[in-house]
Amino acid sequence: MQAIGLTKHYGQVVGMEGADFELARGEILAVVGDNGAGKSTLIKALAGALIPDSGQVYVDGEPVRFSSPLDARLVGIETVYQELALATQLDITQNMFLGREMRKPGVLGSVLRQLDKKRMRQQAAEQMHNLGIRVQSIRQAIETLSGGQRQAVAVARAAAWGRKVVILDEPTAALGVRETHQVLDLIRRVREHGLSVVLISHSMPEIFAIADRIHIHRLGRRAAIVSPKTTVMSDVVAVMTGALPSDAVVSAALAPAGAPDF
Amino acid sequence: MQDPELTVATAPQSDSTEGAVAAAAAPPASLQRPTRSLFAYPITGPLFALIVIFVVFSLTTSTFMNAGNISLIAQQSVVIGTLALGQTLIILVSGIDLADGAIMVLGTVVAGSIASHGNAVLAIALGFVACIVVASINGLVIARFRLPPFIATLGMFTIIAAAARLYSQSRSFPVTSDLLSVLGSGPEFGTVAVTYGTMLWVALTLVLGYALNETPWGVRVYAIGNSPIAARLNGVNVTRVVFSVYALAGVFYAFAAWQALGRTPIADPTGYQIANLDSITAVVIGGTSLFGGRGGVAGTFIGTLIVVALKNGLTQAGIDSLYQQIATGALVMLAVGADQYLGRGHRA
Amino acid sequence: MAKSENTKSRRTPVRAGCAIALTGVCAGLVPGAVQAEEKKLLIGIVELQLTNPFFDRLKKSAVDTAKKNGLDVMTAEANTAGDSATQITAIENMINRGVKGITLDPANATALVPIVKKARDAGIVVVTTNTSLAPMTAADAAYETDNLQAGVLIGRWAKATMGSKPAHIAMLDYDLSDKTSKARHDGFLKGFGIAEGDPQIAGSALNMGNAETGQTAMENLLSAHPDINVIYTINEPAAQGAFFAIKNAKRDVLVTSIDGSCSGVRSIADGTIGATVMQFPIRMGEMAVEAVIRAVDDGVKPSGFHNTGTVLITDHPVAGVDSKDSKWGLENCWGK
Repeated sequence: MQAIGLTKHYGQVVGMEGADFELARGEILAVVGDNGAGKSTLIKALAGALIPDSGQVYVDGEPVRFSSPLDARLVGIETVYQELALATQLDITQNMFLGREMRKPGVLGSVLRQLDKKRMRQQAAEQMHNLGIRVQSIRQAIETLSGGQRQAVAVARAAAWGRKVVILDEPTAALGVRETHQVLDLIRRVREHGLSVVLISHSMPEIFAIADRIHIHRLGRRAAIVSPKTTVMSDVVAVMTGALPSDAVVSAALAPAGAPDF
Repeated sequence: MQDPELTVATAPQSDSTEGAVAAAAAPPASLQRPTRSLFAYPITGPLFALIVIFVVFSLTTSTFMNAGNISLIAQQSVVIGTLALGQTLIILVSGIDLADGAIMVLGTVVAGSIASHGNAVLAIALGFVACIVVASINGLVIARFRLPPFIATLGMFTIIAAAARLYSQSRSFPVTSDLLSVLGSGPEFGTVAVTYGTMLWVALTLVLGYALNETPWGVRVYAIGNSPIAARLNGVNVTRVVFSVYALAGVFYAFAAWQALGRTPIADPTGYQIANLDSITAVVIGGTSLFGGRGGVAGTFIGTLIVVALKNGLTQAGIDSLYQQIATGALVMLAVGADQYLGRGHRA
Repeated sequence: MAKSENTKSRRTPVRAGCAIALTGVCAGLVPGAVQAEEKKLLIGIVELQLTNPFFDRLKKSAVDTAKKNGLDVMTAEANTAGDSATQITAIENMINRGVKGITLDPANATALVPIVKKARDAGIVVVTTNTSLAPMTAADAAYETDNLQAGVLIGRWAKATMGSKPAHIAMLDYDLSDKTSKARHDGFLKGFGIAEGDPQIAGSALNMGNAETGQTAMENLLSAHPDINVIYTINEPAAQGAFFAIKNAKRDVLVTSIDGSCSGVRSIADGTIGATVMQFPIRMGEMAVEAVIRAVDDGVKPSGFHNTGTVLITDHPVAGVDSKDSKWGLENCWGK
């Protein structure tokens, strides 16, 4: 997935100014940036929740235009928002299929519009199992789950529906140490299933533990994209805050800036 | 619509100790076993209350617990019961409808006056149209233009109550059409009369229950009541579903109007003045949460019976009508309080 | 929000002003009398909630009488039963507007007393219609149905009709803190010859004076006391509702009521209601307004209690109680 020259202005306020973005297949890309750097604006544009004023987004080399999050989903991009977007009084299965419920075949499904609860439960259970997430029952209400489990369910949902990209917005922000580890493991497993992951995070240690590359966002555009193997944490922070200029770090960009690659 | 096939590639089985996320969820500290089951099945409270009421009255009043009186209670429940089905829907999406009784009365008045000029079928049809149109206006104003439901329906209540009176020139007229009053008749077995109205009430409850529990629309209704943001972020068209809820409620109000004509074959603009409060009471006592997302028509069914049985029993016992109001009010506070207490820590 | 209908009085002060100015000019210019343009008298008519067709009819009669006599009219109604606040505000407005007289159907017998005193202190004639203040002398005069007498009439009729049969009575009352309701209730008992708590009273239930609540109340009472054979109802809609309950329970019950609406009289004719007592809201409105006019024009202040009439309407007359039949009733009824 790639984006070039994304721009978004809110009146006088600059949301994005010529922002570039690239995501390689099957990688975990961390997106970091200080508050107000414009991370969420960029992510929203990629997730279809926001229409940029100018610029172009490519998926698998094809240009795409998102006019709503639904469009992004149709292309295979799923997003896990910070609020998780889980209906806490519904159960795991209902949340997994919310908005995309399965109906029974034949007359029962088309005329009477009856839900195929058994099949949905089976698939939900399978998905959770494949990602190694353990819960007491697939019929548990979300409100009975811990914070980490809820996060896991949200990620599992995105991974289940996503065909290409899963965007995670601060997935471990509200979690304790142990649950954070478990969610990070989960994210690795999502990558193993063939999805690319965009991970927005404030936690440097986490990012360095899990990311293949790091996209540093600053002042509405991409300041640098580096590899954790060739760049140290303090340098990443420095670029983030502006203490270091972009060219002070080794770029890990696959495409030259401003030109489509694949 | 996206193909709902999950993309699950066969992955090497991870080491269970390495990757498993925390197993059994530790119940939040505020919960204990009995309250948890109460919360899991919100109907147990109201059902228990109904049983207590029946037991107490049958002990204190010899004429309460007989087949004739039970069938009477059923008959007395159909109007508020049907009305409350619409109210349940609306409360489930965190709304409220103060105009439901007035809309129903408008329906009776429209149907009654048209039937008095001849065509009964047209009368029923136009009664339905009137109710659905008004309820849809509520839905439009609330779902699309985001007016708070309390304010919007309060305004509508005032307008429609006056409109009904203007339309009928403040007079009531007897309904002679058999079709309009058909719901009051039905097979009788000795002292027990099973009116078509009672059958219709049960049937409507089952149909709505099916829609809420067995269809995608139903799941989305509960999701919206629980968290409209979550619903929207998952691609649910919240505006459209909420509108459909209010419009569908209008259908139930129309049925309630038909029920009212069946029970009392008089089209009376001064009738059912507090039906809105009665319907809300039935819904709330039945365990549906005013905050939305929790409850259902089974609870409303029980709640209606509670409200009606209380009135029936207290009147029979010769206890002042005011005590009935106190008892009902106390039950409402108990129900809302219980919902609040049990709901603490569970809200999104 | 006071529902005040101010038919012509907005223009009146202006018109009056012009008239006075013109008169002054003319009088100055033309010696010799130039008749000053008659300033139309303003009367205030304050009623109870118009959702009740009786009050609606009463108000209409008062307004018609006033207009027929060339008065300007200001009207106001309570929003609901017991809503005295709206009436008080309306009367204050009327005092400010300079009404010469007020006919008032008070929502509350005591709450309206202070404002009526203020009006009378300002020289305004105030009479009550339908129900009086407490004390009655707080207003200049009262024009109402003697509700106690109304109850007595149907009580006596019921007793005579029952004859020697043991009576099991059900009382379908309206809120008994309402004066009218209490008077009718007491009147029925008095007419029947029993006191409160008499064992012949099988049960009682409150209703809201309309058909559906009358029906529910009757159903519940009949379920508890299947032997009920005579009922008192607060008004004819409640009686009509009670009749459905009786019919559904396949019983034979004597039904009495009060009001004399045309709908109620039709129920007498078809046998739904056994006997009812007619009120005369049209006469009530006329008498009240005419009294005010007489007071303002001729200075003859009205006083005392004026019974606007109670007539027993039944097609099954009994000895010792005067009554008229339903045919007469249909010619003299109010409402529709």
